[in-house]
Amino acid sequence: MMATSVNDLILEPPRLVKHTPLLTVTNINKQYGQVIALEEVNVELYPREVLGVVGESGSGKSTLLRMLNLEENPDSGAYHLEIPSYQDQNLFELSRFERRQLRVKQIGIVYQNPHLGLRMRNSSSGNVAERLVVAGERNFSRLRAAAKRSLEVSEFPVTRMDDPPKNLSGGMQQRVQLAKAIALKPALLLLDEPTTGLDVSVQALVLDTLRRLQRDLGIAMLVVSHDLGVIRTLSDRVMVMRHGRVVEQGLTDQVLEDPQHPYTQQLVHAKL
Amino acid sequence: MILEVNNLSKHFYLHQLEREVHAFSDLNFTLSSGEFLLVAGANGVGKSTLLRTLYRSYKASDGLAWYDSRHGRIDLVRAADVDIALLRQEELGFVTQFLRPRPRVSAVELVAEPLLFAGFEPAQAEHQASAALEMFGLKRELWQAYPTTFSGGEQQKVNLARALIQPRRLLLLDEPTASLDVVARAALRERLEHLKNEGVAMIAVLHHPEDAAGLIDREIMLTSDLPPDAGFLEPEVAYVA
Repeated sequence: MMATSVNDLILEPPRLVKHTPLLTVTNINKQYGQVIALEEVNVELYPREVLGVVGESGSGKSTLLRMLNLEENPDSGAYHLEIPSYQDQNLFELSRFERRQLRVKQIGIVYQNPHLGLRMRNSSSGNVAERLVVAGERNFSRLRAAAKRSLEVSEFPVTRMDDPPKNLSGGMQQRVQLAKAIALKPALLLLDEPTTGLDVSVQALVLDTLRRLQRDLGIAMLVVSHDLGVIRTLSDRVMVMRHGRVVEQGLTDQVLEDPQHPYTQQLVHAKL
Repeated sequence: MILEVNNLSKHFYLHQLEREVHAFSDLNFTLSSGEFLLVAGANGVGKSTLLRTLYRSYKASDGLAWYDSRHGRIDLVRAADVDIALLRQEELGFVTQFLRPRPRVSAVELVAEPLLFAGFEPAQAEHQASAALEMFGLKRELWQAYPTTFSGGEQQKVNLARALIQPRRLLLLDEPTASLDVVARAALRERLEHLKNEGVAMIAVLHHPEDAAGLIDREIMLTSDLPPDAGFLEPEVAYVA
């Protein structure tokens, strides 16, 4: 029997889905000294879609996320978001000020470490309201009402909305981050290991909130995780990264149940 | 014709073992609207693998599967992932024997979820979900409970209610009657008959074909084309959690 190690079946471009991707990243490369962090990475994310990115530490997934959040530029490559007044713009070419404007209004992010996303000593409602203030809202009661609404949507107990995050559990802190991230209804929500480090039962609840949110608000999400359970629960499609390259991508169930690349096979066997 | 399968082949390659595992090769068949096709054959011959390949949970090795979607004709083998995702949302259904319940999600929420994703009002989605659970005979007091704690048979009722709640043009049924009691079995048969009369095409793998007596229009037989000592490895064992 002839054993063919690689399934060389090539998929066609989308024919039924007519709209353009919300997010398109083309040929990103990034090198830190001798280390290649990202090599020829391409990403497409469609409206309402959830894309998972898996890989071990050092695979480049966090670097990619920082670039999508416009915290850092690649050595080469382009980044487009299909949102009004930015359509034909390579976002990597924006000025600092323009980046900040775009991030505040259109890109929400939840970090694994809440210290990166929150002021731990300010009130939770204040943390959420901060986004709205940056966007120009000054009226106190409107700010408070909007913060409360956002916390409610994130299934945060509003009786505790004035507690500072430092007094909250890990799961609650993630909900505050989430409320802050979605306060301005961004086009794109980035999740960096959103439930890593939480108790398993708390993790399930936060994942459930994320699913519900995605369903009700229809936000496109990109979730980075090394946890295949998280990816399976949240994402429609998944990209597998290794040594800065995308080694495999596909529908989540296909990648997890019929992985093609040797590395993905190893990953799936090790983790499930 | 809703589906035309040409020379469809599937094998798995296990890199760690440097070994190819054969499932099936050069399958040919067609399916029309309202037609019920039974996939027959011995255990381990690749019946479930065929269904999963058509649903694209598995990636075919070769061949074509022309599907006549509402949006146009498309090859399920090579269609873009986002196109398959769209078809799964709107037209393709897969019914397995396994439910993947999520903690703290009630039976009725789990069944209503596909409708909510499709944009239904919560009240209406819940109403339809309740009706579906009623039909499959899940006890009313369990509707608001979490299926993680249910027995296999009760989980399967939730699973069927969820899988069949939306209108579909092509349904892939993988042992849907396994672990069902008599009442649920009869309810399922009735539901499938109704769908068939509405023009839904179905491909089924059934342990007990008599569960679908009177519904089956045609049968294809899968046979192992391997020499007896080839050591067939059930792919499900290799990959599914």
